[in-house]
Amino acid sequence: MAELLQFISSGLTVGAIYALVALGFTLIYKASDIINFAQGEFVMLGGMTTVFMALAGVPLPFAALIAVVATTAVGLALHRFAVEPARGASPVALIMITIGASIFLRGVAQIVFDRRFHSLPPLFAAEPIQFGGAAILPQSLVVLGSATVIVVLLWLFIDRTLLGKAVLATAANRLAARLIGIDTRRIVDFSFAVSAAIGAVAGILITPIALTSYDAGTLLALKGFAAAMLGGIGSAAGAVVGGLLIGMFEAFAAGYLSSNYKDAVAFLIILVVLIVIPQGLFGRAKIERV
Amino acid sequence: MRLLPAIAIAAILVILPYFFPSAYYYRIGALVFIFALAVVGLNLLMGFAGQVSLGHAGFLGIGAYSVVIGPVYFGLPSWLSLFAGAALSGVIAFLVGRPILRLKGHYLAVATLGFGLLVAIVLTNEAGWTGGPDGLSVPRLTLFGWQVRGSNAWYWITGATLVAGFVLALNLMSSPTGRALQAIHDSEIAALVLGVDVARKKLTVFTISAVYASVAGSYLALFNGHVTPDVAGFLRSIELVAMVVLGGMGSIVGSLVGAAVLVVLPQALTIFHEYEQAMLGLIVMVFMIFLRRGIVPSLAAAFAGWRK
Amino acid sequence: MKALQRFTATAAVGLLALLGAGHQASAQIKVGAVLSVSGPASFLGDPEKKTLEIYVAEINAKGGVNGQKLQLVIYDDAGSADNARTFATRLVEEDKIVAMVGGSTTGATLAMIPVFEDAKIPFISLAGAIQIVEPVRKWVFKTPHTDKMACEKIFGDLKSRKLTTIALISGTDAFGKSMRDQCVAVAPKAGINIAVEESYGPRDSDMTPQLTNIRNKPGVQAVVNPGFGQGPAIVTRNYRQLGMTQPLYQSHGVASKQFIDLAGPAAEGVRLPAAALLIAEKLPSSDPQKSVVVNYSRTYQQKSGQAVSTFGGHAYDGLMILVEAMKRAKSADKAKVRDEIERTKGYVGTGGIVNMSPTDHMGLDLSAFRMLEIKGGDWTLVPGT
Repeated sequence: MAELLQFISSGLTVGAIYALVALGFTLIYKASDIINFAQGEFVMLGGMTTVFMALAGVPLPFAALIAVVATTAVGLALHRFAVEPARGASPVALIMITIGASIFLRGVAQIVFDRRFHSLPPLFAAEPIQFGGAAILPQSLVVLGSATVIVVLLWLFIDRTLLGKAVLATAANRLAARLIGIDTRRIVDFSFAVSAAIGAVAGILITPIALTSYDAGTLLALKGFAAAMLGGIGSAAGAVVGGLLIGMFEAFAAGYLSSNYKDAVAFLIILVVLIVIPQGLFGRAKIERV
Repeated sequence: MRLLPAIAIAAILVILPYFFPSAYYYRIGALVFIFALAVVGLNLLMGFAGQVSLGHAGFLGIGAYSVVIGPVYFGLPSWLSLFAGAALSGVIAFLVGRPILRLKGHYLAVATLGFGLLVAIVLTNEAGWTGGPDGLSVPRLTLFGWQVRGSNAWYWITGATLVAGFVLALNLMSSPTGRALQAIHDSEIAALVLGVDVARKKLTVFTISAVYASVAGSYLALFNGHVTPDVAGFLRSIELVAMVVLGGMGSIVGSLVGAAVLVVLPQALTIFHEYEQAMLGLIVMVFMIFLRRGIVPSLAAAFAGWRK
Repeated sequence: MKALQRFTATAAVGLLALLGAGHQASAQIKVGAVLSVSGPASFLGDPEKKTLEIYVAEINAKGGVNGQKLQLVIYDDAGSADNARTFATRLVEEDKIVAMVGGSTTGATLAMIPVFEDAKIPFISLAGAIQIVEPVRKWVFKTPHTDKMACEKIFGDLKSRKLTTIALISGTDAFGKSMRDQCVAVAPKAGINIAVEESYGPRDSDMTPQLTNIRNKPGVQAVVNPGFGQGPAIVTRNYRQLGMTQPLYQSHGVASKQFIDLAGPAAEGVRLPAAALLIAEKLPSSDPQKSVVVNYSRTYQQKSGQAVSTFGGHAYDGLMILVEAMKRAKSADKAKVRDEIERTKGYVGTGGIVNMSPTDHMGLDLSAFRMLEIKGGDWTLVPGT
């Protein structure tokens, strides 16, 4: 029993990390149909900037704030200078731009920061919480909690605010949105900025558990993307559920099957789920127009 | 006339070595041809049929490891292992493609991503067969009793295979299957309505692209003399997709251009030392923003516009 | 049209850059290095690059070797063996190097060996696996301790503490896997029984399931963690998180004080085999390695601003062995230098005292490894090792 609880605890820890990253994909996709492969780099920038600001002597809360602001600016710049000029290009070309951006950001990060691993102190205590023979880090609960809070905030935003409705309108039909007076460029600006901020916050909260380095973004983006698709791209709750599920699959595979193949098991399950439910768990089936 | 691109490429291939100061350039040329071969296959899938694959390096890996496992564990000659690998890739593509190709867009991307990762994980873990993360040495290719050594020899072998691959692809594209694929790309539903067996055509092109990638992977392993699991890795898959998109989706010639850019560029960018990765990312972004349909289609359009 | 103009401009710059790269300097001894500076093995390649750059500059400032300056040509293979092979060809054909110090990973090294053997250029590898020098290849040498030695050292320490049943938890990266294989091979002869094995991906963030399985296996007296990079730090943290009390052994892949910083208080009591470099300042002054390691340690820390790493130390040893060989040969002739490298005797390096021979192209023995224990947030030497 104790080991089952520990596997669940590990699954929640890792899953919450994936969930936070996956959330970052949601808003940009909602507003513009783009999968932003630089999302992992936003997470990395949040963590690394905080670490280096702190090393430079800035008190931790301010370092975190600076990191979030800086990353948001990077997200905005990504849209304005890289994505926006290519508006109207095919989806694959846009994805390639974000891939180019992620390579660029990684390349800059190794020079501005360094190539080593870094950590941050956890938000609350470092002592693990014991329950039923298993131990979970308080920081894992913080990550889980923030994912939930962000989902709720996103839902409130999309459902209850005018700006949120404008985002939905932009995604549904860009031309129509512009015709009714929505500044679609500002909307997509906004979605990039908020996704970057979510990514930065994710990075700051994840680093105490998973450490960070200039290339931490790649694997996180991979898993986050898979999680977002599993949950159904465009659904914030789906992103969180997808992330938690992948974390659970990995932990249980490592615990009960083979630790060598835990990633393989997780991806196999994703494949099976997608084959059975082609639009993901909470995704809306896409209506194809001829 | 339709084979003009292939003839032009063959001509360039023959003339180019006159400009090569050393064996290093032959090596770069051979690498470009190897990747171009894989990219032609992927282009058929992505550019013509409009299906995205983020795991194509998996087939590269199957081809690469088959020319090690065949000779080392089964005593098969290398060329036979190459064919065996291609056949294996085709079969796996057929089996995996049937359920996966029902997915659309980003979901297909994740599914293919998962496939590529699975292949890489198996290659890394089954060290008894594959030598694990450090990989294995590949026995050299012997053709008609002559051991193939040196970048020069490989330049010609890979070049010839590429031209053959071009011809096959060009023929495919102007055949009824090719037209069906273009119809599927433009609108799957309309193609279905017209009576195109969409599922079967998609599976066909997926299998063909897998075979192309497998042959390229086998060449890569034989040429390098050593193979490691990251030949099937995620970054390799992204590299292949980048070559397709950069060169021009749906342009067979673009496949060669895309491969050339992404093989030569990292070599050229070494002068930037620390900044080479940043420069690479910047150049990819710039290319995609200004030549968003890919190099060859954009240049062709610009040329046509200029002529008017 | 604008797109065409911009593209032409970009292409022109690119072409010029490529042509410009071919420009060569003359009358310098060209030494090549293909390192994994970025990518999954940057933990190895980054300190190696810094070390080579620092010391080539120092050597040149003191007048060079045999009156000629050294020119270092470094390429970054980003952890890919394919890239390494291409850069190796480039070094031989284009840059025309006379010697090579590099190959951060075993995969890259194995991929490059044929190039240097064919070109008859001495190649000092910085990678760990024993296959690099066994069987002995004429032109290939290496400076790091083999992973087999690390296992033997750990097992020796286990035996002295009367611990014979252990668990292995290793990274699935090349470093972890290679060392795990060696440990499994060496265990029976050393009288060690491996009761259970687990593994983790090098970038994983939580290893508690694997450690839970280890904890549940009865009779496990100690745990050994072959791996490098961030993995061991997380394993160590998780170890304490689960309240496991058996002795934990890390590997030499942990390599620098940063491990202690990252693992935090959980690192208390962890033991690992390491080169004397990590405890440079604490060595008794009678220790033959003391002056070399203290010197390197201080120079590296001062010039790079980072804590010293044993991987950087391997690069230092490689460079110095090469330079000493060139001085003894009184030339940069490849064959002569190779012969002199093979004749290296009594070279005091950061990794140990090197004695090469025609049948031993590494030159270190088990005494080159010290057993360290982490106490009070710092390294200490386990007495009697």
